[in-house]
Amino acid sequence: MSDKRADSVAFVRETFIPEQPAPSTATGAVKWLQDNLFPTWANGLLTIVSLYVIYLIVTATTPWLVNGLWNTESLAACREVLDGATGACFSVLTERWNQLLFGFKYPPDQYWRPTLAFVLMFVALAPVLFFDLPRKLLIVTGLFPFVSYWLIWGGTIFTPVVALLGFVAGYFVYARFVKGSFAAGFFGGVAAAIVVWLIGGGFIPEGANDTALLQAVPSRDLGGFMLNMMLGITCVSLSVPLGIALALGRQSNLPLIKGMCVVFIEFIRGVPLITLLFVANVMLAYFFPPGSGVDLFLRVVIMITMFSAAYIAEVIRGGLAALPKGQYEAADSLGLDYPQAMRLIILPQALKISIPGIVNIAVGLFKDTTLVSIISLFDIIGMIRGPILASTDWNGVYWELFMFASVLFFVVCYGISQYSQWLERRLATDHR
Amino acid sequence: MTTLTDPPEGTFRLSMLLNDTRYRSFTFQGIALILLIAAVLYLANNLMTNLRAAGLNISYEFLGSPAGYDINQTLIAYDSQASNMRAAWVGILNTLLVAVLACATATFFGVIAGVLRLSKNWLVSKLMAVYVEIFRNIPVLIWIIIIFTILTAVMPGARDYLGEDPKTELLFGMFAFTNRGVYVPAPIWNAGSGVVVAVFLLSIAGAFAYRRYAKSLLYATGKLLPTGWPTLLILIVPVVIAFFVMGQPIGLDTPDPLANRFNLRGGIQIGAPLIALWFALSIYTGAFIAENVRAGIQSVSKGQTEAAAALGLRSGRIMNLVILPQALRVIIPPLISNFLNITKNTSLAIAVGYADITATLGGITLNQTGRAIECVLLLMLFYLVISLSISALMNVYNNAMKLKER
Repeated sequence: MSDKRADSVAFVRETFIPEQPAPSTATGAVKWLQDNLFPTWANGLLTIVSLYVIYLIVTATTPWLVNGLWNTESLAACREVLDGATGACFSVLTERWNQLLFGFKYPPDQYWRPTLAFVLMFVALAPVLFFDLPRKLLIVTGLFPFVSYWLIWGGTIFTPVVALLGFVAGYFVYARFVKGSFAAGFFGGVAAAIVVWLIGGGFIPEGANDTALLQAVPSRDLGGFMLNMMLGITCVSLSVPLGIALALGRQSNLPLIKGMCVVFIEFIRGVPLITLLFVANVMLAYFFPPGSGVDLFLRVVIMITMFSAAYIAEVIRGGLAALPKGQYEAADSLGLDYPQAMRLIILPQALKISIPGIVNIAVGLFKDTTLVSIISLFDIIGMIRGPILASTDWNGVYWELFMFASVLFFVVCYGISQYSQWLERRLATDHR
Repeated sequence: MTTLTDPPEGTFRLSMLLNDTRYRSFTFQGIALILLIAAVLYLANNLMTNLRAAGLNISYEFLGSPAGYDINQTLIAYDSQASNMRAAWVGILNTLLVAVLACATATFFGVIAGVLRLSKNWLVSKLMAVYVEIFRNIPVLIWIIIIFTILTAVMPGARDYLGEDPKTELLFGMFAFTNRGVYVPAPIWNAGSGVVVAVFLLSIAGAFAYRRYAKSLLYATGKLLPTGWPTLLILIVPVVIAFFVMGQPIGLDTPDPLANRFNLRGGIQIGAPLIALWFALSIYTGAFIAENVRAGIQSVSKGQTEAAAALGLRSGRIMNLVILPQALRVIIPPLISNFLNITKNTSLAIAVGYADITATLGGITLNQTGRAIECVLLLMLFYLVISLSISALMNVYNNAMKLKER
């Protein structure tokens, strides 16, 4: 049969045709353009519309950015120099950058303190964010809250030292007793810390703030983007442990504890943050003992922490629910009691699943810290809408200021979300 | 098997409260209850002491007293002599108005951006990615203020539209965009307009009935009726006929540049704060919804598209009959939680002076009467009721849409 074919076929090529490059319409830029921009006429129309939109945006912003002035006295001076041409008046940033970043009451010669705290923050966050770094760095993380408190608020160094000693004592007592029972370790630690704080508080000399190394700065003098950062970081880090406790409480099979957690979480999640800030502003002071004088910053921190704790609790509950039931049963069959099972088996896995969600909450919360401007705290938005736009020199400079604030927020939030995506890839242990 | 014995009864010892798992939960809950009661008593005691020291009491009588302030945008009749309660109702309706408007437009923006972000067109998908990232990563408060500033600083004043020879013409002779808001024509309902409305409602029902009939015919016989243009025809033709038969009973009250020397008269004025809030919430939340839509569409496995194509369906039908029903199951729950977020974010109206519930009850009423605790509690109660009802609806929907498994 095989030789029949040779008879019936007139021509059989026995050598290869030399390879030729693909036609120019099927390679390179032309092909890419055709595939990605003009595959069909409707799609091509979309491309043209998009190009037009980009053109509009570029032509509107370019002269504004390029003609921007950086060194004038006031908006009026800007307009004089520009003489009718389009151009930004970035001079407001050169003149008021310090107010935008630190608020208008923070003593200017002390700006190095929050700046140093800001730099230290990266060192403290590094071991938390990147697991490959040496674990010894966590000591810096542990010390950071006390150091940064001292740097930003100033005053006597005894306050943060006593606070730190309380935590250290609490930790040692906890480590000593936790082998026996978690409850003993936990409550023993808390008791030890309280004892140290009470005793240490008595040792802080009267008037120590006046003779302190660093000038004391009251909370009401904090402001600008620094206030946003402080609120964001403090509230997120405080609300993670609270959120874990709430999530475990909601999963618990003790009806009373479960009910308390459900009511708290659903209540907080059902109301907007602004009403909680109203509570902090006008209501919360009534619930403290008379004469305790808790300042507005602390009241706001309390309310925002409760707010984000409720959301984080829901994220962690999702993580707990996503764990296969076998994990719980495995922990039980090993004879672990509830605290051990949670600490050693359940939470490490549940928290890993919840990290992206927690980061989302953190980003949202950081953006929401701008709401404090509504209860007349001078964060970056409060500074822009208050002292800066109200001043005669800069009344009417909207774009430059809001663009500056937007850029700051964008950099931080986009950075965090990129980190979260990286972490998600990093932590993915399933094989796809 | 008789070696198994029940634990001896009647030997309850106090230590079993801690050591016996049968009783331990009661111990813990007892402790928790005692702590809770102690905390509540402590806080209530502080509250009472502080209120007495400040000479205050808790009373809701202020709700009946005259509010004493004006509200520029109201859906129900209101003047400064109306009660605080009435002002709160105005606020509630305004909140609901902007929430509903923003939910609708945010969904619109979000669906378009989400679908376009998955487009094969490189430029369009990148543009949408930029939109999503920019709007998601900048606080909504900044967006509200920026858009409000654009409206008030860039738009021409109402004066530019006035006079015989205005600087700016009305758009289509009907719409005026001023720095105080947008003026749109108001419908005038004359005698007989009820008939037109009734015909319109009937024709909507008729359109649905026709589509239903077409579907049942398709399933029964395989015969495919066109649905697009007949639906339009059913919707439009009877209404137009009724409109002219009844002698054009519905008119338009357009903004009149000549009626007044200082301001536009006539039409409906949609205030700049409302527009700023509405638009800002729409594009901000639209960016989040776009991500949900994208995730939803991507969650439908590619095999579904290929299977539908193998059955010979056109791409529009693949989307409608195969992809969307599956994607919606993923999209709807986060979509509703975004609606919740919009409703809660309408409270930012206070930043631009839109008279929602937070600005009336929680703002001016609170400041004028000094009834901080009462106002804030009522405010929270309102938002709580709204949120819980939306969540309840969501649960009902989720249960209805859940994949029916074994």
